[in-house]
Amino acid sequence: MFYQESGQFSTRYRQDGRALRLWQQRAALWALLLLAFGLLPFIGNDYWFSAILIPFLVLSLAGLGLNLLTGYAGQLSLGSAAFMAVGAFASYKLQFLLPGLPLLLSFVAGGVVAAAVGVVFGLPSLRIKGFYLLVSTLAAQFFVEWLLTKFAWFSNGNESGVITAPPLLVAGHDFGSPAGRYLLTLSVVLPLFVLAANLVRSSLGRNWMAVRDMDTAAAVIGIPILRTKLLAFAISSFILGVAGSLWAFTYLGTVEPHGFDLSRSFQVLFIIILGGMGSILGNFLGAAFIVLLPIVLSILSGTLLSGVLPAGQLENLQKIIFGVLIILFLIKEPDGLARLWQGWRARARLWPLRF
Amino acid sequence: MSETVAPLLSLSHISLSFKGVKAVTDIGFDVAEGEICALIGPNGAGKSSLLNVINGVYQPQQGEIRFAGRARRAMQPHEAAVAGIARTFQNIALFKGMSVLDNILTGRNLASRSSWLEQAFRVGRAVADEEAQRAVAEEVIAFLRLQAWRHTPVGQLPYGLQKRVELGRALAARPRLLLLDEPMAGMNREEKREMSQFIREVNQVFGTTIVLIEHDIGVVMELSDHVVVLDYGRKIGDGEPEAVRALPEVIAAYLGQQRH
Amino acid sequence: MSFFMEVLLGGLLAGVMYSLVAIGFVLIYKASGVFNFAQGSMVLFAALTFVSLLERGLPFWLSFVISLLSMLLLALLLERLVLRHLVNRPPITLFMATLGLSYVVEGVAQALWGAQVHGLDLGIEDTPLELGGLMLSRFDLFAAGSAGLLVLLLSLLFNKTRIGLSLRAVADDQLAALAVGIRLQRMWVLVWAVAGLVGLVAGLLWGARLGVQFSLSLIVLKALPVLIIGGFTSIGGAIVGGLIVGASEKLAEVYLGPLLSGGIENWFPYVLALLFLLLRPAGLFGERAIERV
Ligand SMILES: Nc1ncnc2c1ncn2[C@@H]1O[C@H](COP(=O)(O)OP(=O)(O)OP(=O)(O)O)[C@@H](O)[C@H]1O
Ligand SMILES: [Mg+2]
Repeated sequence: MFYQESGQFSTRYRQDGRALRLWQQRAALWALLLLAFGLLPFIGNDYWFSAILIPFLVLSLAGLGLNLLTGYAGQLSLGSAAFMAVGAFASYKLQFLLPGLPLLLSFVAGGVVAAAVGVVFGLPSLRIKGFYLLVSTLAAQFFVEWLLTKFAWFSNGNESGVITAPPLLVAGHDFGSPAGRYLLTLSVVLPLFVLAANLVRSSLGRNWMAVRDMDTAAAVIGIPILRTKLLAFAISSFILGVAGSLWAFTYLGTVEPHGFDLSRSFQVLFIIILGGMGSILGNFLGAAFIVLLPIVLSILSGTLLSGVLPAGQLENLQKIIFGVLIILFLIKEPDGLARLWQGWRARARLWPLRF
Repeated sequence: MSETVAPLLSLSHISLSFKGVKAVTDIGFDVAEGEICALIGPNGAGKSSLLNVINGVYQPQQGEIRFAGRARRAMQPHEAAVAGIARTFQNIALFKGMSVLDNILTGRNLASRSSWLEQAFRVGRAVADEEAQRAVAEEVIAFLRLQAWRHTPVGQLPYGLQKRVELGRALAARPRLLLLDEPMAGMNREEKREMSQFIREVNQVFGTTIVLIEHDIGVVMELSDHVVVLDYGRKIGDGEPEAVRALPEVIAAYLGQQRH
Repeated sequence: MSFFMEVLLGGLLAGVMYSLVAIGFVLIYKASGVFNFAQGSMVLFAALTFVSLLERGLPFWLSFVISLLSMLLLALLLERLVLRHLVNRPPITLFMATLGLSYVVEGVAQALWGAQVHGLDLGIEDTPLELGGLMLSRFDLFAAGSAGLLVLLLSLLFNKTRIGLSLRAVADDQLAALAVGIRLQRMWVLVWAVAGLVGLVAGLLWGARLGVQFSLSLIVLKALPVLIIGGFTSIGGAIVGGLIVGASEKLAEVYLGPLLSGGIENWFPYVLALLFLLLRPAGLFGERAIERV
């Protein structure tokens, strides 16, 4: 017992529990925030906002949603896009049914509806595990897609199923410009990240990881398995639902089921594989990668291989590169970009001492 | 311990089988509050199965489990944890992806009083609650001398330390009854001595009742107040260590046991 | 009544084709523990290679042999470049690797042979055939026959040859198989190649139906509920599961579809599989084991 450094506990535990333990980390974060809120909106151009920053932020958020479920709670899902679709359509429908409902509140409400749907499809997770659970999440994927395309009520009688998103008004301000949409997205995404980062460090987060790593032992120490899993489905789907609303409202500008098909679910899964399962930062890294890779590839092929590579082949090449990267990461760095980043940082910190 | 006090744990007529294979047959014994009870017997005798029955991992087909005055047909794992039963496993069942500290903190999950919403927003009881759990975990870490590995992922620790962390996770719950399934298996002499020391201290300092499975007869004789011997799923001995060791059935059953 | 029977039989015959995809999957899962999401892409790759060779004027049998060899090559590369580096990883990692693999295989297939739809004529007319008062599709019967033949061949391979014996040993217990000197890696190549053969046959039958095109790779999504119902490790289960999914899907489409404004075939098998799972969590043939701790 005399190894305890008595008297320092209460302050130390609190600091220990922080998401960012070093002052350097916190300083870097403030600098990033300043850049994101204070500088980028003024210096960015429309292409940057619409083609890079907004999809990057929304996909990071979607990655976060899935990461809580799969990376932290260990429940495999191929239905992320379905929960995004539920969120998008629910907040659209609610805005329509309740005129005057504030935009941000409708995002939250859409998330809540998505959470409810997530819980329904998460219920089988009590009796079925592992790959068998794919069936439940794929059922969600196909059922939701079908529901939203077949029944015109969801798209207000619009036969094509495609509807234009309403204007983006928050407290009387129009956030319809590219910079405005970027700011709106940023202001929704960041707080959710903060909450999630708190959550995974809390007792619920530990319970998730316990269920993921060894559910028998988790039950034996008194973790309520059903409740823990269902909370993972609910919170994950809530976040995915909000991401879906953002995807439709601030990125696409339309609400349509096809924006949320199976390939979107795969895309979100790839974000967390590449970024790092069970990592908060990894979602940003994975999303950045997924958004930037096609752009970089098309620029490269435009300059290096101009005319050599037909347009269709570029798409095939992209597919192959994605596939190879996924496999490569799983083999070489199963913890994803987040781990690589930590490695670089640790080396940078020790850098002068290395020689 | 006087005879009139009801035992903390009392099993009667427990039978358990898996698809016709009998693992435990009509077993009953008592464990008094505050004692260290050793379960011994050859491989496959049904020792682990019996521990699993006590804390609800397996549900027996027959029998009754009475714990802390309450009788049940069978336990449920959650029920057992709430009632104050904690345990370690024969094949370490730690949460491999988590640090030592986080593993031990999971042992506090039942003590956590704040809701997940409070935790997400870090408001209300959440922060103070987390600190309180952390303080208990930190005590356990100090007790088991695990300070140096606080933030190490448990998957990276050597086997002996993993066993210690698993004990820590169980202790963090401040259990009334601690079930240890071969806590010293695969350890060298020094590690065994250390682990025995921890077990004895837990028993003496916190008054925790302990049921442990152990193959090393020397350790059993030294540590336990009470020994129960199983063979082929049946009880063949029950009593004070010295008396049990002298029983002819026990000697017979143990002759084939030199491997351990 | 006879309309009902026709729908039912039509469904069962279609189900045979689902079984075929599921069988390739079961083979791989049994031998290497990999939940192979790329089975659909392998079907696409094999069929696309075959038609492309055929269209370039090669005879039927030569195209078949070359396609088969290309599947063998794929299996070899896969073992060398992927599986070998992922031994002892958690199953979920292996599964995700096959997701990546499906991207690679699809990308390569389309880069080599283009993305357009190829018609495939196996020389069987799809005229209805009257059997005992019921109208049945001649093509479906042919497909069912070929599938049956393939399953027969596979069971001969498994039960009557040394290779089959080794494969069964590997499926039973990898460590024990290693201990008696079975070379695991060769078995993997073999089993992936056999799965490639099954994929090729499935691809030809499906391709003759729907045209050889990208959507072939999506039949893996049909095979998944089949597997869930039949269990991941039983070829018999894959067959029965395929028949159940095929039949109930057709029946639901005909009787339930109109009530729900149609298009239910995408999700119906999944909901069916989910119901099955809730009733029998270890599949139709599996028995639920109590986890040892
Ligand atoms: N989950 C299970 N499913 C099927 N059989 C089981 C299960 N758990 C235990 N058994 C069987 O019950 C019997 C008793 O096993 P148990 O693990 O309780 O023995 P043990 O005394 O702990 O042995 P050891 O000293 O080897 O740990 C054995 O025959 C075992 O195979
Ligand atoms: Mg045991």
